[in-house]
Amino acid sequence: MSQPAIEFKGTNFTLSVIHLQNNDLDALNEKLMEKVAAAPSFFNCAPMVVNISKIETELDFDKLKQIIEDQDFVMVGVTGCRDKAQKISARAAGIAVMTSGADSKRAIEPQVKAPKAETRIEETKLVSPKRLATKVVHGQVRSGQQVYAKDTDLVVIGSVSNGAEVIADGDIHIYGTLRGRAIAGAQGEANSKIYCQQLQAELVSIAGNYMVDDQLKSMATGSQSISLEQDQLQFKALTITL
Amino acid sequence: MAKVIVVTSGKGGVGKTTSSAAIGTGLALRGHKTVIIDFDIGLRNLDLIMGCERRVVYDFVNVIKGESNLKQSLIKDKRVDTLFVLPASQTRDKDALSKEGVAKVLEDLAEEGFEFIICDSPAGIETGAIMALYFADEAIVTTNPEVSSVRDSDRILGMLASKSKRAEQGLEPVKEHLLLTRYNPERVKRGDMLSVEDVQDILAIPILGVIPESPAVLKASNSGEPVIYDSESDAGQAYADAVSRLIGEEMPLRFLEEEKKGLFSRLFGG
Repeated sequence: MSQPAIEFKGTNFTLSVIHLQNNDLDALNEKLMEKVAAAPSFFNCAPMVVNISKIETELDFDKLKQIIEDQDFVMVGVTGCRDKAQKISARAAGIAVMTSGADSKRAIEPQVKAPKAETRIEETKLVSPKRLATKVVHGQVRSGQQVYAKDTDLVVIGSVSNGAEVIADGDIHIYGTLRGRAIAGAQGEANSKIYCQQLQAELVSIAGNYMVDDQLKSMATGSQSISLEQDQLQFKALTITL
Repeated sequence: MAKVIVVTSGKGGVGKTTSSAAIGTGLALRGHKTVIIDFDIGLRNLDLIMGCERRVVYDFVNVIKGESNLKQSLIKDKRVDTLFVLPASQTRDKDALSKEGVAKVLEDLAEEGFEFIICDSPAGIETGAIMALYFADEAIVTTNPEVSSVRDSDRILGMLASKSKRAEQGLEPVKEHLLLTRYNPERVKRGDMLSVEDVQDILAIPILGVIPESPAVLKASNSGEPVIYDSESDAGQAYADAVSRLIGEEMPLRFLEEEKKGLFSRLFGG
């Protein structure tokens, strides 16, 4: 079997949407200029969608496109078209007409099954979030070194030295001695946990709730599993009880 | 192929220069053509420990700047004819070193047929220390059995794993050796000092040697004769063992236990 030359796949993107409040395109131009002046590099060549659901009258799509592109945005399309006439003139100006997930539920020409299908897609999105591969470090994490497992779990097959820092947005597993700092749930995931073979940490933190050396020593030593319950760090010995 | 070995530690005063001198001399005594380079520009010490301070004319920085050639700058040891010293400049600072300059000197030394190039690193983790470790094939991490020295050695090990040429080019990592100096079994027993096991547990690298705390070391430094010549002393013997291990011989560790005092030394306070 030969590979097809191209493949069509649906992918979700996060795009900025400008919500037009009225038909005053000159006012829009001014507002955009202000925004761009405030953060020039942030908006540079940013893809933009314009929501025109509040515009009831005829809109000059050519002018709209010109204004957006003059400010160095890339016009992706318009959304929220009220009627066919708007769609036709948008297309005539070379602008894509887009329907957002929310829009299609109350589509102008509703198909019986469409809303249901749409809801189902959203549900599956929730059930299976994108999983990134666990970050694995073989060997010591030494003083002055920092390891960050972004959007995933971290496994260290070795010890974490004093003055070293291991950070994960998910869980942290250390198959050695934790002498440095371990910060799990760095983006606020309260279900994150820290596991280590030997707890001699300078600091452990889960979702911003932390404890330092002095407190830790009185709480626990040895192999531990650390979790967060009601904003309190909980320590459990890592032993298997039958 | 010349082997570039850096003697480093992070912390100052732990015995890098003493160890560079002893190990360099030890390798030369076994017939290996060896050069010891002092990377501590501005705080030159190696020539004192090696007893050649009065013979320094040109130095490492002169060679790098092209103000002298390698042959003029290398000081031949008076005791062993396979040993040379490349002294540091006392009047410059560490910014006088450049990676290109150091690389050229190391290449030329290899061409001269040197088997071992020992780089005596300055303390710290700045330019001078990075220069000394950058081209290393092996590293002797000199550590005293106390927490701050161990912490700094750990930091240097991290730098070896990330800032060395081998790390940057994704080659086989720098081979690391732990050299524990100023070890005092009596104080370890009392709990005033970390034990070999404690240090190895934290640093997790193979041990090259344990050098006992010994008056012979200070005596050797002051007389400008590397302590390895003092074969009567425990420190001298421990360095000789370390040299053997460095060239691949198996040797059991010595001087880890308190010496049992005999009746005579107890009577006469030996």
